[in-house]
Amino acid sequence: MSIDMTSAPAALLPPQLMRTEALLTMSGLSKTYGSVRALRNVDVTVYPGEVMGIVGESGSGKSTLLRMMNLEDTPDQGDYRLQLPGKDDDNLFALDRYQRRMLCAHHIGIVYQNPHQGLLMRHSSSGNVAERLLIAGERSFDVLRSKARDALDASEFPLARMDARPAELSGGMQQRVQLAKAIALEPALLLLDEPTTGLDVSVQALVLDTLKRLQRDRRITMVLVSHDLGVIRTMADRVLVMRHGEVVERGLADQVFQDPQHPYTQQLVHAKL
Amino acid sequence: MSLSALTKPWAATSYGFLDASAKRELRRKMLKAIAVPGCQMPYASREVPMARGWGTGGLQVTLTLVNPASTIKVIDQGADDGVNAASIRRFISRVSGATETWDTLGASIIQSRHRVPEETLGADQILVLQVPNPEPLRGVEPNMSIARQMHADADYGRLWLTLYEQIVRKGRIMQGAAYPSLVNGRHVMTPSPIPRWDVPKLHMAKHLTFLSAGREKRLHAVPPYTRVEPLVFSDRPYRVEDHADLVCRRSGISGYFMNEIPQDHGGSAFEVSDSNLGIKAIRRAEGEPVEIGATWYQDGEFSA
Repeated sequence: MSIDMTSAPAALLPPQLMRTEALLTMSGLSKTYGSVRALRNVDVTVYPGEVMGIVGESGSGKSTLLRMMNLEDTPDQGDYRLQLPGKDDDNLFALDRYQRRMLCAHHIGIVYQNPHQGLLMRHSSSGNVAERLLIAGERSFDVLRSKARDALDASEFPLARMDARPAELSGGMQQRVQLAKAIALEPALLLLDEPTTGLDVSVQALVLDTLKRLQRDRRITMVLVSHDLGVIRTMADRVLVMRHGEVVERGLADQVFQDPQHPYTQQLVHAKL
Repeated sequence: MSLSALTKPWAATSYGFLDASAKRELRRKMLKAIAVPGCQMPYASREVPMARGWGTGGLQVTLTLVNPASTIKVIDQGADDGVNAASIRRFISRVSGATETWDTLGASIIQSRHRVPEETLGADQILVLQVPNPEPLRGVEPNMSIARQMHADADYGRLWLTLYEQIVRKGRIMQGAAYPSLVNGRHVMTPSPIPRWDVPKLHMAKHLTFLSAGREKRLHAVPPYTRVEPLVFSDRPYRVEDHADLVCRRSGISGYFMNEIPQDHGGSAFEVSDSNLGIKAIRRAEGEPVEIGATWYQDGEFSA
């Protein structure tokens, strides 16, 4: 059973977002890998300043959806539009590789579950942040240095270790470097792919605190993918529940967790409890 | 079928070791390289009577350009009298009928391993640089398919990042040779392992430069009057080697790139790297009427 609530979005929005135009709109996304249907007719809308949580079991399509948001993959069908100041409201999947790269460099940040995917392990932590600024065209060493320091500081990374290589750091520190890299250019959209998976509980709490503070202070729009309902419950304003490549339920986080409608969501919530 | 039946009849272009079809292919790639400055062009690197890695790329370009009216100069690390330089020069001369010279001013084609002569080259001269590794991205991206995509996207952030890391770790840019340089504002090339001292000589130069790697089967070019800009941060200026004040122990000249000769007592002596310039300076000092052309550097400062 799929509960389609896209026809009445206002009822699903937190009061502060009710009159806001969507930042991200994806509609009709479908993707097949060989015989596996990774996404089936998925619609997503994300509003500025909110945290959208995506939950589901492994293989439900949540990471595929996030990769699409980061323009790393193209669906078989579907549209993707971002409302950015001074940019046309075109389907982003129609962009070529170079245009995608430049758009992502300037407007989308991502934190991967595996730091090896998001970081250059041979380079310094500050260098990893600087790389993003370099792609965006910054050519002053002093500005690179100072912006990297600011981003690391905002991610609560100890500045005394800003030139240490990520390989020399703990998992929590590596995630902070990824986070600093992602927010260095103050992106319109921050994508978080299981950012706390693999971290011990105390470090998890610290990373989540940092994310919450960033969201509160900078009003960064976030899409958070996790199979940990506790993380989603702590962070998200709205939730999207996925199963077998489909969205089976969506709604305000409190609503979904307190009164799940779909049997799969009920199963998830009760399993957690 | 006899060998003579397989061999094309003699033609006016039958000189320069390479057959006409090989030269034609190389010429087409050289023209492409000129049309897209700094962009690497793949070519079918032929066998030449020399081991790969000893200058076969440069040799093939030279053999394609040379004709019996050419005057050929070959230098190895600035010296005309090295075994490799002398052998290549003699070979080119023997198979093409070209005249040999040591004089930079008199040469129409200069094949060089890792140096640009100190005397300014003119519009009627061609410089052919031997290149061991033409791919500037190899150090940051081992997958060459991805490296080609990075060139297509002008995605050179990681080259800048390498320079950033050098400043962070060592306090200054440590790249001594093969300094990555942006050609015509589009492609980053490695200007072969010439020292930093020589890179400014390629910027808006009157002469045509070919850079060819026989082992890697790629060549690229810097046409005349083309911008060649070393990658630098806006607040960290490009610096050449600190050789301006060094004096050549043989010729007594200074303000040029020097070879360092370690001495028994632990110190160093210096000799001008461009051996022909040193010889000219010595002969002039001995009273011979020797013409020394304008040089890129005046008193250790780049002036061209």
